[in-house]
Amino acid sequence: MRDLAVLFKGNNLQRLLGGLGVTLELSLVSVALSVALGLLAGVLMTLKNPVIRAAMRLWLETVRIVPQLVLLFLVYFGMAKAFNLQLSGEAAAVIVFTFWGAGEMGDLVRGAITSIPVHQRESSAALGLTRGQTWRYVLLPQAARRLIPQAINLATRMIKTTSLVMLIGVVEVLKVGSQIIDAARYDAPQGAVWVYGAVFFLYFFACWPISLAAGWLEKRWA
Amino acid sequence: MENVLEIRNLKKSFDGNGVLDGISLSVREGEVIVVVGPSGCGKSTLLRCVNGLEQPDGGEILLDGKPISAGNLVEVRRQIGMVFQSYDLFPHMDVLENLSLGPVKALKRPKAQVEEEARQALRRVGLEDKLHALPRQLSGGQKQRVALVRAMMMHPRMLLLDEITAALDPEMVREVLNVVLDLARDGMTMLIVTHEMRFAEAVADRVLFLENGNIVEEGKPADFFHHPTTERARQFLDTFEFTSVKKP
Ligand SMILES: Nc1ncnc2c1ncn2[C@@H]1O[C@H](COP(=O)(O)OP(=O)(O)OP(=O)(O)O)[C@@H](O)[C@H]1O
Ligand SMILES: [Mg+2]
Repeated sequence: MRDLAVLFKGNNLQRLLGGLGVTLELSLVSVALSVALGLLAGVLMTLKNPVIRAAMRLWLETVRIVPQLVLLFLVYFGMAKAFNLQLSGEAAAVIVFTFWGAGEMGDLVRGAITSIPVHQRESSAALGLTRGQTWRYVLLPQAARRLIPQAINLATRMIKTTSLVMLIGVVEVLKVGSQIIDAARYDAPQGAVWVYGAVFFLYFFACWPISLAAGWLEKRWA
Repeated sequence: MENVLEIRNLKKSFDGNGVLDGISLSVREGEVIVVVGPSGCGKSTLLRCVNGLEQPDGGEILLDGKPISAGNLVEVRRQIGMVFQSYDLFPHMDVLENLSLGPVKALKRPKAQVEEEARQALRRVGLEDKLHALPRQLSGGQKQRVALVRAMMMHPRMLLLDEITAALDPEMVREVLNVVLDLARDGMTMLIVTHEMRFAEAVADRVLFLENGNIVEEGKPADFFHHPTTERARQFLDTFEFTSVKKP
């Protein structure tokens, strides 16, 4: 219990919150880019063109099969070696998470669009609505209802996965935590429990409301 | 009387398989025509060609004397109501929104006026308490009644009904067909595909028997159902009959 003090020593708490800030910032930028690119990718994925289809398939399989950590190392260390291009850890992280997130988001968008029965489009057309009106009033609202809860779940997965960036030198919340533990190794040998516990709660309170919102929307729109 | 719909030598094939092989047909104002025939004979395709959900390969379709083309398709659909077999209400909208969408967005009629009309129309089909229900809260029969009202809210020149009771439990068929009978009584022009032979006999002015993409027989319901002239029509009608297997 005595070691709990390590959390409040000096500016440790502020540093942890700062680390959480880095985590959330990286996540937010990657999620925002993923949503924007994923919407576009999803529409491309519904097209019948075989070349586009194959390219999209390859992309999606890549982000699903290759661990994010490998992608991070590839972009961060690999680019430096191969092209003599030293990206910052943050830039590499945003690139990798967007590459991953946009692919997954695209697949969600594709699923949301193709899950709408053909009859929905036809009954709207039969009412004399134009193509634009059919998309606006009939197809997109239904696609969005399916998509939004799933997209939120993807976002929480992305927030969690950003913890990997400490391995390419970005100081985010988990890295700050281990720095604090290392510095207090002798004064507070049990500090790790408290610090990682604090990190646990920080993640929990960042992602929990988002999960709740997703669950609520899912239920409301089921 | 005027022809509301005129179909001349309509042809349609899918991937080289002829489905409609030169159909000609005219529907006068206030007339109810029932199309019957074995599964796969092209009944749905015929109806879908009329409001442009399928692109015909040949022939001509005229609505009130004007040929239907790609250019006037949206306009034509506003004048032809269609109800399908699957319940096709918009699941994210309540009943009132389902009924108002077409009149308000496609016809640009004032919302308040449309909603008042929707209320009255629902009352006529016994669903006034379902104004704000979502489609998933309705039974199949209720959904189809709403779908019929939704089509009628466009004040169409005619209705196309494609096996609208085929997916319903037997006890719900009646409540839907009663609405159609009421529409027929009010003089609505309709082209109906159905497997309900007793209903067909009650509602039709004329029955068409379609097979292999051709109109094989055509006649008044009393004649067609009781004295079919072609062997094929007789065989088809026999498939709806059962004879007792119990010894007396
Ligand atoms: N989009 C399509 N692509 C390819 N073939 C089709 C398509 N739509 C219909 N067909 C074929 O055309 C033929 C006629 O179909 P249609 O749906 O018009 O028959 P139907 O008389 O309505 O049958 P049912 O009583 O089963 O509804 C069938 O052989 C069907 O397989
Ligand atoms: Mg059919």
